[in-house]
Amino acid sequence: MTDNLDKSPADTPPSGPTLSKTSVPAGGPEAIKAIPVRHYGRWASAVIVVALLVALGYAFSQGNIQWHTVGDQLFESSVVKGAGRTLLISVLAMIVGVLLGILLAVMRLSKNPVTSSVAWLYIWFFRGTPVYVQLLLWFNLALIFPVLNLGPIYKNEMTDVMTPFMCALLGLGLNEAAYMAEICRAGLLAVDEGQTEAAHALGMSHAKTLRRIVIPQAMRVIVPPTGNEFINMLKTSSLVYAVTYNELLRSTSAIGSTSYAVMEMLFVASIWYLAMTSVFSVFQYYLERYYARGSSRSLPPTVFEKIKANLFSKGSPRGAV
Amino acid sequence: MTAMVKAEGVHKSFGLVEVLKGIDLEVNSGEVFCLIGPSGSGKSTFLRCINHLEKINAGRLYVDGELVGYRQKGDKLYELKDSEVALKRRDIGMVFQRFNLFPHMTAVENVMEAPVQVKSAKRSDAHHRAMELLDRVGLSDKAGNYPSQLSGGQQQRVAIARALAMDPKLMLFDEPTSALDPELVGDVLDVMRDLAESGMTMVVVTHEMGFAREVGDSLVFMDGGVVVESGHPRDVLTDPQHERTKSFLSKVL
Ligand SMILES: Nc1ncnc2c1ncn2[C@@H]1O[C@H](COP(=O)(O)OP(=O)(O)OP(=O)(O)O)[C@@H](O)[C@H]1O
Ligand SMILES: [Mg+2]
Repeated sequence: MTDNLDKSPADTPPSGPTLSKTSVPAGGPEAIKAIPVRHYGRWASAVIVVALLVALGYAFSQGNIQWHTVGDQLFESSVVKGAGRTLLISVLAMIVGVLLGILLAVMRLSKNPVTSSVAWLYIWFFRGTPVYVQLLLWFNLALIFPVLNLGPIYKNEMTDVMTPFMCALLGLGLNEAAYMAEICRAGLLAVDEGQTEAAHALGMSHAKTLRRIVIPQAMRVIVPPTGNEFINMLKTSSLVYAVTYNELLRSTSAIGSTSYAVMEMLFVASIWYLAMTSVFSVFQYYLERYYARGSSRSLPPTVFEKIKANLFSKGSPRGAV
Repeated sequence: MTAMVKAEGVHKSFGLVEVLKGIDLEVNSGEVFCLIGPSGSGKSTFLRCINHLEKINAGRLYVDGELVGYRQKGDKLYELKDSEVALKRRDIGMVFQRFNLFPHMTAVENVMEAPVQVKSAKRSDAHHRAMELLDRVGLSDKAGNYPSQLSGGQQQRVAIARALAMDPKLMLFDEPTSALDPELVGDVLDVMRDLAESGMTMVVVTHEMGFAREVGDSLVFMDGGVVVESGHPRDVLTDPQHERTKSFLSKVL
């Protein structure tokens, strides 16, 4: 069946007319007018899928759901604030993750065996344990270290330092750094050695070569998985519920359990999560497009260019993309 | 005449494999010096030693009278710092077999990059100069193209312009035409011929015997990490003295 889908007639180039135009003089063989293959299987599967969707929609319309509550609570101030905190903690944790990740990647690639083993150990630990466990470790740190004492610089009760926000930031950020380190390392290794050589031959220093030549090219490899990491982060941040940080899930659940609208409030949370991930996906597309410059003969079209091409081209809309 | 490059007993090993086994040669200022030899004979390695992309293990290598990669005080050698090595590389242009243009920059940005980043040239000046150089290699109309939008021959000419932008006193070419389709080779060789006429000192690893014969002032045949035969290109190519040279030339000519 997939076979059938792949060979949709819209994808095949209109070889008949082009051939007669280029290689055969006018008055040559007539253009092919064949009856296309009928895809009965495709029709049948479409009918089944639509039927299932209708059944699902019907089930939800009959369920005991107060849809008006979903609408009413969607922009409740505590919900909006919770969504804001989700966004804030995700962005901050991601920044921590990216910066520390780059540092760890460079450390792992360094020739110094001590720094590269330390980086390896870090990645081993933070990738090897669940982020939920790590969050709880930060949250309960006061049990083993009641006081944070940094000598003359800083001294405070651990419970004052490890606020829910700090637990969330450290838990998510340090975990993310381990993943970002591997992504950055792969990106740096993907750049051809000839690039470094050419830059060095021109008299550029190591640092300039890294900054001007290697990293911009590594970004093409780094950006797409980093975007996925951020989308994951937006969702994983719901785990900081456990360290009592008042993010989206916690604030919606609070309303849900007091007003007996548990499912409705989970819908509200889902809508917010979907909105945030969708908006970011568009942003990611443009970011990838920026770092792809020079890598292919022409830049991929933007969404608007695709729409325009589809609207104004006659014939095969898929071919226009 | 002063020697631009002087090699005395240059040895180079990768691990246990000795690739250069004592190279002695001299490249005079303003001359076109051709290096030929079978694959694996160490031509690229020797070229890379000249701008210290590889460290030599024994012997001495001088560029323009100065030791490459080291400073000699008394009878002790001190390794140069990375920044000092970089400083010396400014004066030596290098053109690679696989072009190695920066793919995320347009042709003109490729040419401007080093003057702006290394010599702190003003962008407008560097741009002006880059356009002149692109014009010199016949590509002023391709200034805004990315490398992926250029043919191999065009990319190699941009690479030559990029090296020239640093105003080098010595140019190293490592088989600049061997990754090119035959019909594109001529354009690149024309640019190199032009450069030779302008008096640039050039060390050229090449399989283009026609170019070596016409443009070359000296020619060295290397095999197995040693110089087997050297002399004027016309003499070596038409009347080789050594068996190994003869058998190599009979294969490539
Ligand atoms: N970085 C390296 N590590 C280990 N061995 C190397 C390295 N670079 C080169 N070699 C070896 O050194 C020898 C000489 O290589 P080199 O590239 O100098 O040859 P060449 O004369 O340029 O050959 P070609 O005409 O194929 O380019 C080869 O046997 C090669 O395998
Ligand atoms: Mg070589």
